[in-house]
Amino acid sequence: MLWGSNARETHPIFFHHVLKAVKRGAKLYVVDPRRTTTADWATGWLPVEVGADISLSNGIARCILEEGLEHKAFIARATTGFEAYRASLERYDLARVCRETCVDESLIRRLAREYARAPRAMICWTLGITEHHNAVDNVLSLINLGLLTGHVGRYGSGLNPLRGQNNVQGGGDSGALPHKLPGFQDVENDALRANFERVWKCKIPPRKGWHLTEMFEAMGRKELTALYVVGENPAQSEADATHALERLAGLECLIVQDIVLTKTAAMADVVFPASASFCEAEGTVTNSERRVQRVRKALQPPGQARDDIQILCDLSLRLGFDLRLPSAKAAWDEMRSLSPMHRGMSYERLDKKGLQWPCPDEQHPGTQFLHARLWADPIEGPTAPFHAVEHSPPVDLVDREFPLRLTTGRRLDSFNTGVQSSAFASPMRRGETIDLCPHDAHSLGVMEGEPVRVISRRGRVVAPVRLDPGLKPGLVFMTFHFPDEVDVNLLTIDATDPRSGTAEFKAAAVRVEKL
Amino acid sequence: MSAQPGDIELQVDGRTVRVTSGATLLDACRAAAIDTPTFCWAENLTPVNVCRICVVELAGARTLVPACSRKAEAGMQVLTDSARVRTSRKLVLELLGSSVDMSLASDFAPLCKRYGAQPERFGPRDTPSDHRDASHAGHHELGNADKAASMAQSVKIDNDLFVRDYSRCMLCYKCVEACGSDAQHTFAIGVAGRGFDARISTELDTPLSDSACVFCGNCVGACPTGALMFKSEHDLRAAGEWDESKQSVTDTICPYCGVGCTLTLRVQANRIVRVTSPSDNSVTAGHLCVKGRFGTAFVADRAPDSGTGQPPT
Repeated sequence: MLWGSNARETHPIFFHHVLKAVKRGAKLYVVDPRRTTTADWATGWLPVEVGADISLSNGIARCILEEGLEHKAFIARATTGFEAYRASLERYDLARVCRETCVDESLIRRLAREYARAPRAMICWTLGITEHHNAVDNVLSLINLGLLTGHVGRYGSGLNPLRGQNNVQGGGDSGALPHKLPGFQDVENDALRANFERVWKCKIPPRKGWHLTEMFEAMGRKELTALYVVGENPAQSEADATHALERLAGLECLIVQDIVLTKTAAMADVVFPASASFCEAEGTVTNSERRVQRVRKALQPPGQARDDIQILCDLSLRLGFDLRLPSAKAAWDEMRSLSPMHRGMSYERLDKKGLQWPCPDEQHPGTQFLHARLWADPIEGPTAPFHAVEHSPPVDLVDREFPLRLTTGRRLDSFNTGVQSSAFASPMRRGETIDLCPHDAHSLGVMEGEPVRVISRRGRVVAPVRLDPGLKPGLVFMTFHFPDEVDVNLLTIDATDPRSGTAEFKAAAVRVEKL
Repeated sequence: MSAQPGDIELQVDGRTVRVTSGATLLDACRAAAIDTPTFCWAENLTPVNVCRICVVELAGARTLVPACSRKAEAGMQVLTDSARVRTSRKLVLELLGSSVDMSLASDFAPLCKRYGAQPERFGPRDTPSDHRDASHAGHHELGNADKAASMAQSVKIDNDLFVRDYSRCMLCYKCVEACGSDAQHTFAIGVAGRGFDARISTELDTPLSDSACVFCGNCVGACPTGALMFKSEHDLRAAGEWDESKQSVTDTICPYCGVGCTLTLRVQANRIVRVTSPSDNSVTAGHLCVKGRFGTAFVADRAPDSGTGQPPT
């Protein structure tokens, strides 16, 4: 099941593996408001209304329970909170679910049966789940389905977020999170923190920090006045760009370390030109399957660009502290000494194909899938909790003034704000467009290629029309790939999940005006 | 006694070879350390057995059999260097070498030597023709008897990422397989025409940019003869600047999405000139998408002398 994921375009080589399975007879269900090129390969496509994912997953769960297809033994041995979850589903009769999700009851029932009865079943999701104001609840609702059917902790089953960037997994693993030290060790745990303080020879603040959205809020309150941005382009990637730019401009000190002079770097007081980490430096990255792999230096960085680690170490030295990390390998080995899940991953062992964490010692082969402990007899560690979660529609309501639902995403040949992808001459690239279904285009009296004005409660842009019969009436689509031409984040809303800090890029309300 | 996996025993050139169930005669030859040439076979593609260079003689079989796709069976007696095999391989080499520019297929010249193939015996290659794509079934002109029929034609350059030089195409189908059901499932190209008119083509011979092509370049990665080539490599070769002795090859990981595809970067003069992926890689099986294959240009564009060290406008 691919939920809120257009993997055919956004994770193309992962999708090769999916296609191999489909050819061997695997069933593929795609849940997506758009009929994407991914959905074209599906056994069943569930055209869920934007933001109605919880209603749909609760409806699927209810069907599974009605037909007695839940994994009773697994629920009893490995989970908690099932009764409260079951009770919460009482409110999700299929009539309500079909109304909220705009998906046919027969399709929901078919998916529920096939998912529950499959010997092995997997749910993979992407930003269609996480770029919502209730992102964490969305994820929890999918976890509920995995627990209900026992499709976790076994080979070929499981719950997988498909990571959008080549080291977003590794960044979190190595402590680039406001509440975690490397190896997901809680910064507020005194004993764990003491291990790091001993090796790092310094005091670590004992409280968790801010995530990105909280930082921007703190910038608004003038509590955060200096910002050091490494390899990120928030001037163009943040939702509600007008707001984000105001806050960046209000900083007393902005330092940007990047491989090109991004729009954010252009605003900075100081720019540190960096080497491109994937080909001008040594190091590791970690992919969606938790596989740590080596990146290697193939090119000399241009001009004065330097390795990120050198920049950080030199900056630290100027601030009066010697990090003593002469190389990427030294930094990695230090992390191995502090993070048990990385301990067995020497550079030598990572050389050819990498290793999947956890890998606690140098004899350990790495771990292909997680949570097998839930099937141990008796189970090892804590049980897995169900979470009763409720449908909560998008914050930016569609109404008479803003009658269209704008959702955003990526295209095959482009990437995020285009810093990397805009440099190659893709024959498929057409620049930013506003994608409309032919019916809506006809109603608005606009044609393919015709520039139109797109207006939300926060901003307005002009973009040409692209017709996409894979959209349903009322749904329009744009990307963030060409912010210098069309800054789509002027339209998006910064309604944010309080726990994950992710903004609701997937759901804005807009109207389209003929020029 | 029923056969167990690993139990298949056969004779190759008089030697006893043991292979696992499902293995091919090519696997058996390799297990016996017998160097068996292949053109259309690749470890990450389904065998299409069209090139016929890997044929071997199988006792009891009327015809020579393609080693790449014939499954090994217990008790088979296989000859890989018999007169029939040598003659057949020699003729395959001569027909290919007389009509196709095989100069970038590094194993071709040594094979000609090994089998005594003389592609030049059919005469010089016929003059280039840019009408091959207009050929229709059943309409043939008699060739020039003094000259070898030829695939020679102009290079097709219809985009900035890769070029198609079908003078070099030996119709091994690897590109078709990689574009189609073995990897990419885009089906932008196929074999059009029959007989000597057969050629790789997009639908109705449209330019790639008007076809279903998504520019993953998996066809380029699979091409063994240089018929499909990165535009960067084509331009360097055209300028006489392509120099493999000055190139480095480094494995790293793609800078884009979270799948973690291994990129093998070939670098000359501090610029990436070709990107591939190892065909035995567990993540990619040798295949990439357009971003990984062609999307690394941004690093070169940062060079102070590239004149584009500014943010995109």
